Amino acid sequence: MNSKPASSLERVKESVMRILRTREIPVATAFVVLVAVTAFVNPRFLAPQSVKDLMLNATIIAILAAGQSIVIISRNVDLSVGSMLGISGFAVGTLFVAFPEIPIPLVFVSGIVIGAVLGAANGFLVAIIKVPSLVITLGTLYVFRGINNAWAGGTEYFSGQRPKEFGDLSVETIYGLPIITIMALVVIVSMGIFLSRARSGRDYYAIGSDPAAAELFGIPVAKRVFFAFVLSGALAGLAGVLWASRFSSVGARTGLGVELDVVAAVVVGGVAIFGGSGTVIGASIGALLLTTITSSLTAVQVDKFWQQAVVGVLIISAIVIDRVSALRAARKRKGERSNV
Amino acid sequence: MGSSAPVLSLQGARKTFGAVVALDNGQIDLIPGEIHALVGENGAGKSTLVKILAGVHSPDKGEFVVKGAPVSFKGVAESKAAGISVIYQEPTLFPDLTVSENIFVGRQPKGALGLISRKLMNQATNELFAKLGISMSPDRRADGLSIADQQIIEIAKAISLDAEILVMDEPTAALSGAEVERLFTVARSLRDQGVAILFISHRFDEIFSLTDRITVMRDGSYVSTHKTKETSETQIIKEMVGRDISALFPKLEAAIGEKVLEVSGLSSLGKFNNIDIQVSAGEIVSLAGLVGAGRTEVARAIFGIDPIDSGSITFLGKELRKHTPTQSISEGMGFVPEDRRKQGLVLELPIRRNVTLTLIKKLASFGLIPPKREREAAETWTKKLQVKSENLGRSASTLSGGNQQKVVLAKWMAVKPRLLIVDEPTRGIDVGTKAEVHRLLSSLAQEGVGVLMISSELPEVLGMADRIYVMSEGRITQELSRSEASAEKVMAAATAKGVKA
Repeated sequence: MNSKPASSLERVKESVMRILRTREIPVATAFVVLVAVTAFVNPRFLAPQSVKDLMLNATIIAILAAGQSIVIISRNVDLSVGSMLGISGFAVGTLFVAFPEIPIPLVFVSGIVIGAVLGAANGFLVAIIKVPSLVITLGTLYVFRGINNAWAGGTEYFSGQRPKEFGDLSVETIYGLPIITIMALVVIVSMGIFLSRARSGRDYYAIGSDPAAAELFGIPVAKRVFFAFVLSGALAGLAGVLWASRFSSVGARTGLGVELDVVAAVVVGGVAIFGGSGTVIGASIGALLLTTITSSLTAVQVDKFWQQAVVGVLIISAIVIDRVSALRAARKRKGERSNV
Repeated sequence: MGSSAPVLSLQGARKTFGAVVALDNGQIDLIPGEIHALVGENGAGKSTLVKILAGVHSPDKGEFVVKGAPVSFKGVAESKAAGISVIYQEPTLFPDLTVSENIFVGRQPKGALGLISRKLMNQATNELFAKLGISMSPDRRADGLSIADQQIIEIAKAISLDAEILVMDEPTAALSGAEVERLFTVARSLRDQGVAILFISHRFDEIFSLTDRITVMRDGSYVSTHKTKETSETQIIKEMVGRDISALFPKLEAAIGEKVLEVSGLSSLGKFNNIDIQVSAGEIVSLAGLVGAGRTEVARAIFGIDPIDSGSITFLGKELRKHTPTQSISEGMGFVPEDRRKQGLVLELPIRRNVTLTLIKKLASFGLIPPKREREAAETWTKKLQVKSENLGRSASTLSGGNQQKVVLAKWMAVKPRLLIVDEPTRGIDVGTKAEVHRLLSSLAQEGVGVLMISSELPEVLGMADRIYVMSEGRITQELSRSEASAEKVMAAATAKGVKA
């Protein structure tokens, strides 16, 4: 049962196997295959403008997916991200109209703080009052949307009512990368480092793996879960700001239904829906895959009606792959115990 | 050894949960550099004592001294900080984390920029494993590790926390022979380094080969402590079971009729092996043994809940193959599971509905159940069983444990089964109600029902059963008739090492 001290060849083999077993591999492979096949059928798919659009499309979902990952890894879920994004986005539109001279960084801070406060409400109810997050965030999904509706009414703010520099964040590129995409990359990389290399970050995996054991180990479960929701809220707030930069209008319906795309991206990206494993990088690739698949199905002229079905199949296959590998591990475990 | 002062001492510890006394007079003292065995029947209070040491429970009264200072732990963390580490039979590792992270969770070694250094962490893990004389990849996920390896990880964690007191709660129950040897080597080397080890086990061969002293507990109280070298297995068993079998068990004489159940060669990989059981009408047959011997698994297989790998189950002269619980019930079998809260009752439903659950088909006309007929059936049965509740419309969760069990029994008696399997029928039930449950089982047998009773309580087994099968480690180690059975014989067979090992 013990692994013998490995020879160097075995060690290489072992690390190759480990990479192949990584949960991100299936989704990354799917993405590469998707891009290759689409480009083969329609070479214009990889034209510079088209690639830039692909990146822009993935940016907002990827940021939301980063926040959602930490929540799901801790065996929770945040369904209110679309509504938080909506409030933040409309707040940005309002700020630019009310104070046309407002510095852009201050707008960013405002959006993020609004999101964080809303996320703190979720976190309080889930971590302190201990109500299941599925119920709480399903509730706040409607409550936050209701606030957005009451505030915005029929009002919509258009991109013409915002400074050009703000809109340019989604247009101008550095080394071919749109500025808001660079922001998303910074978020994803820092979140990735936090979750994999910081003690408190690793706690989230322990919590999602076995919440009761985590309590026994003295991990501050409530504090960590609270923080996960605050973070998810703050990133939804940031996504709201970027939404206002990228799209022409913000109003009562901004970000409606986006939470399902986000959860889908996270799950497709290899984050286990019952917590404990997965990475932010995987979730971001999941976001990239889901947003790209729509464009590529259009590029190869698949009927719009079929596109959603394809996304659904993708989600189901991701979960089935996850389940099958879990079952295989369980069977292996049973085998080990039975030769007792 | 033996001369130095105890590093841990617990005297007169008492712990109650409501009306139940889990521990009446717990006593243990551990000396650095000794392995101390704690033995006793199921329910003797060993686990409660362990949980007090672990800081999970705090005793209602008693003296608890660690390293010369009185302590009262408010949680697991305080017990850990005092140098006590507990290794449970089924360790609680985080399946998604790596081996080394499971050891260092919350205190991972840091490298540059205050970030966790996996290199340092794996290095520290390898050092720990080298100390223990084992090799395991520190990078591997804990998911899928064998129980033996998980225990080793827990021990490594204990060492890295500088534990001076190591409590092992039935660590060998799920281990193979080679794994037990490895565990013992580790335990002995820790002892030689001055760690005090409390070792809980039911296997006498292990106790006598490993430990220095033995403490015996019975019915929640301390009985005695012996130097292992100066005592014998017979002596210890006698002290474990030494108590009167009172007149609690009103066994009624019943006419034993034809065979209702015949099980032969029943096997399920990793659960039980080559089981032969026969039950006749009017007979109470007990499946005795310790918790984890595989008795419940056999019962579940007979009832058709779990599949079997080989063997046959013949019920009323008909072989059952790949049967489901639904088929078993319609053939005339009943099953009262051990965990009645989870599997025997629908707690949220009214008591009345619970009683009539198995009667639905009989009561229904045109697919609907007339409320009046349901009410009458429920009243008849609860009256017969003396279930104490003013209102049958209240939910079953409002009943006491004993009355819940009576409702479960009522449910099955109403359908008049030919065979009733009961798993630990009186666990967690107060003494008075226990006698009533026994009376019910006995009168069922008198009516010609075959009863297969799983029980870990020796007095219940000896008092109720016409015949006893004793199981140990997935096998039947002995079959005893009522006249030849004694507490010592059953206990010896229950702790016998299985043929495999």
